[in-house]
Parts: sequence; structure tokens; C-alpha cells
Amino acid sequence: MAELKVNLCGIEMDNPIIPASGTFGYGYEFAELYDINILGTFSFKGTTKEPRFGNPTPRIAECTAGMINAVGLQNPGVEKVISEELPKLKACFHKPVMANVSGFSVEDYAYTCEKLNACPEIGWFEVNVSCPNVHGGGMSFGTSPEAAAEVTRAVKKVTTKPVLIKLSPNVTDIVSIAKACEEAGADGISLINTMLGMRIDLRTRRPVIANKMGGFSGSAIFPVAVRMVYHVAQAVKIPVVGMGGVTTAEDVIEMMLAGATAVQVGAANLVDPFACKKIIEDLPAAMEKYRMTSLREIIGGIQ
Amino acid sequence: MKQGMFTIAENTPLTQSVYRMRLAGDTTAITSPGQFVNIKLDGYYLRRPISVCDCVSGELTLLYKVVGHGTEVMSRMTAGQQLDLLTGLGNGYDLSKSGARPLLLGGGVGVPPRYMLAKELIAQGKQVTVILGFNKKDEVFYEEEFRALGAEVRVATADGSYGTKGFVTDAMQDVAYTHFYTCGPEPMLKAVYKATTTSGQFSFEERMGCGFGACMGCSCKTITGNKRICKEGPVLVKEDILWQN
Repeated sequence: MAELKVNLCGIEMDNPIIPASGTFGYGYEFAELYDINILGTFSFKGTTKEPRFGNPTPRIAECTAGMINAVGLQNPGVEKVISEELPKLKACFHKPVMANVSGFSVEDYAYTCEKLNACPEIGWFEVNVSCPNVHGGGMSFGTSPEAAAEVTRAVKKVTTKPVLIKLSPNVTDIVSIAKACEEAGADGISLINTMLGMRIDLRTRRPVIANKMGGFSGSAIFPVAVRMVYHVAQAVKIPVVGMGGVTTAEDVIEMMLAGATAVQVGAANLVDPFACKKIIEDLPAAMEKYRMTSLREIIGGIQ
Repeated sequence: MKQGMFTIAENTPLTQSVYRMRLAGDTTAITSPGQFVNIKLDGYYLRRPISVCDCVSGELTLLYKVVGHGTEVMSRMTAGQQLDLLTGLGNGYDLSKSGARPLLLGGGVGVPPRYMLAKELIAQGKQVTVILGFNKKDEVFYEEEFRALGAEVRVATADGSYGTKGFVTDAMQDVAYTHFYTCGPEPMLKAVYKATTTSGQFSFEERMGCGFGACMGCSCKTITGNKRICKEGPVLVKEDILWQN
């Protein structure tokens, strides 16, 4: 009998599968398709202090084995997330959810997290210090160990739930940033956010995306993500949530061997809305194939 | 929305670049004209959103224009091959607003979704006028098919090589209508917006990520708030539209 349960920062999960923020809304679109309570949890749409429309369109560009997005953190703002989105989420999802939060100043992050901390639906915070396609914000906190640590401390001060910091791969030394967050009190690290990318339309000779560039995701980035998860997991003692191009049950196992306690699935949800359901269903057979009985036991099991 | 495998029954060119693909499969998620399907193609990461031209139980007709690598691959597919489709996407047109004499305006690949719409409106006893716009004569398609439904059909070509010279708006001046339904390139939609005197419904296009409301890739601003072209759209009512430029 394959054991899929993992424990992320003190909260038991039925399995390690987490749809990544920005690819799963607030859950209810997918709840029309299948019972989303089969998931370990999911990370809801990145939420900010104020409502945001995001970037102009086009926001999407296709790539080989992936896509670029420059949505720009479109969300209704924390007040409406609490008053309108969370009640809808609660109606279809009965497990602790992961609250993904973004900001443009340390105070923004603290404000939004403090508001959400009062919501019983929320199990973990995932603090995004790495959105690559928002000008003048987000990204800047994820590119220096000092700034990432400052956000971590500010959020920890106003929250009582586990806080994961979501890191950007678009940095010289991701390990030093992860360690700075750990020292500042982070309960976990999640990585990787999208990689900064760009496409040019040959007919118009203009960037495909109105924002010129955006975050590259999809199966093409999987090897980069595995490498970064491995490096960070080796360097920190807190749990690591791995993501980046995960598409199959075997990808999940590989990510966990690299050191991930749980695994997020992002762009794959947009191509196949049943991607997470299929991965969860495929995991027992994949585990059997590689003679694994418990996922918990393979975390960081790389030889 | 449903995900399902469809089998190609026919894939034939109607013009140099527009093809008709008929597909057999579960069409029960398609509930109104103006909705679209999202097609997975081997070797391409994102699906291709294509409007529904017609749908009868178990059979779907799509008319698509070859504009890039994905549609090029589609054009080479043959009967018997299978495709993975998400169906029943988008809101579709509201037929209850049509009045007795609806006017349907379609430009280029904005023509196809007018077919199922015209068919259903005519079935309801409405007197339907269809105006089809193309660049030139050899790009014209589906004129006779609309006529066979019982619609009054007019064609406009930009170069005057067939029908009225000009755009769909040049062929509508003497038409008495109670409501309109339109789809086409944005300059045409703007011209229709200005030229029309009643309320109406516009179908929009945008580059999409998922096509079912999850990624926020195709959002637009409207009078009544932000909408996703793939979910609250692609059809927006005239009174709701905020032109961005």
C-alpha cells in the first residue's frame, strides 16, 4: 500500500500535490471538474493589499515545452479575497489552503498577511518575493538576501501560521537568499518561481507580450528547478516545496528525491485541467515501479 | 466544460487558408452559439482556442484559418485522427435579446460562430440578416450555407471584388434590425460599435493561456469590472465595452 502522506511545517497532507499559485484561481473553477479535496492543498491566486488589474494584454506567449506569462498579479485585493473569494473556496475545499501573498513594500506584505492570518481556512502562507513581471515590486525583495529576510521577519511578526518564502530563480545565488530567509524565521522555502523570458513576433518584430517579458514556466524548466531545489534543500534545515515544470508522477518523485517535502504543479494545470488529479492517481503505480512504499521516506533521498 | 477525445470526420479547405474540420465526440458541454473549444496538439504546449461553427449532438464543426504553426499542423490532419478537446468554453451569445430581426455581422474568421447562431435564431422564427466581410472574392466562404439556413445574406469585400465594396458596415445601411451579433477583427468591431443604433453583442479574441478561467491571461476591463475573455466572455454586450485604444 503506497503511503502518500507528508507533513509540511506541522500540517499533515494526504499527498504532496499542490497546484501552484496563479494556475488554480481560488479553486472553484476546478471544483466544477473534479473534487479538489483529493489535493494535498493548493496555493491560491497571489493576493495583494490593493486590487490589481495586472498588465496589459497580450499576457501569454507559447514556447517550446512551456509558456511565458505576464499576468502581473491580477487579483481583487485582500479585502475582497476575504469577503468574496474565501467563502466560495470554503464551499468546495475543506482542507487548510495555502495563501499566496505579494506586495510592493514590506508594510504591504505584513498588512496582507495579518488580514489573512485571521481566516481559519488558511493553513500556510506562501510569501512571493519573486514575481518576475511586476515593475517596481515583488521581484526586488527576492533578489537580495537582506530584503528577503526583512519581508520574512515582518510577516512572521504578524502571523501565527507557517510561513514559506517563495523564491525566484532569476538570481545569482539562490542558496544565500534561502538561508537568509531561514535565519529570519521562515518555516519553509518554496521554489522556483518562473524564469524571466521573452518572445518576439517575427511578423511584427515586436515582443509577443505587451509587458515585453514575463515568467517562463512549463516542463522545459524542470531540470533547472530540480537543481535549485537540490541546492537549497542541502543548505537549509526547514522544509522545501519544489516546483517548476512538474507534469507527471515521476517528476514529483524526482523533485522529492532532490529534497522537496511537497511539490507544486503550475503550468501543467493550464494545459490539462485534470493534471493534478492524474498525478495523484498515478503516484502509487510510479512508487511501486521504483520500489517506494512511502513518499515521506524519499524526501531528500538522492544518493 | 468537458474534456474529451474527438475523432476527425472531415478536414477540407474552403479557401486557400480557411479549413472546415468536422469532429465526432461528446458535445454535451456546448450549450450556446459563440462558445469555443480548446484543442491540444502534439508538440505544442498550449491549446488552440477555436470558435464553434456548428454543433449537433455528437458532431462539431470548426472553421479555422491557418495563421501559425499550430493551425498549420491542424490543416494537415486527416479523417480518423483523434484530438483532445476542452469543450463548452466561454459564455456564448444570449439569444433571448435578439428581437424579431437580428443582424449578424462577421468578418473573416469571425464568420464561423455566426452559423450556429443563425441556425438557432431561424429555428426560433426570427428573420435573420447575415453580413459577411472578407478582404477579397477568393476568401469568401459559407455564403451559400447561410442562405440555405434561410437567412438574408450579404457579402462585403474590402477590395470590391465581390458583393458590396467596403466593410460589413457599408453593407448594413438599409437593414432594419432589432439587435446585432458580431465577431471579427478589432477595427471591424469598433466600426460596428459606431455604426449600430441598437444594443448588441460582440465576441472578442485574445491570446489565452488555459481558456477556462484559471490563469487570468486574457483579462479585459469593462464598464462592469474586469472580465476574462475565456470565461465571462468571449461575448460582451455593447453597453459593457471599454475600448482600450
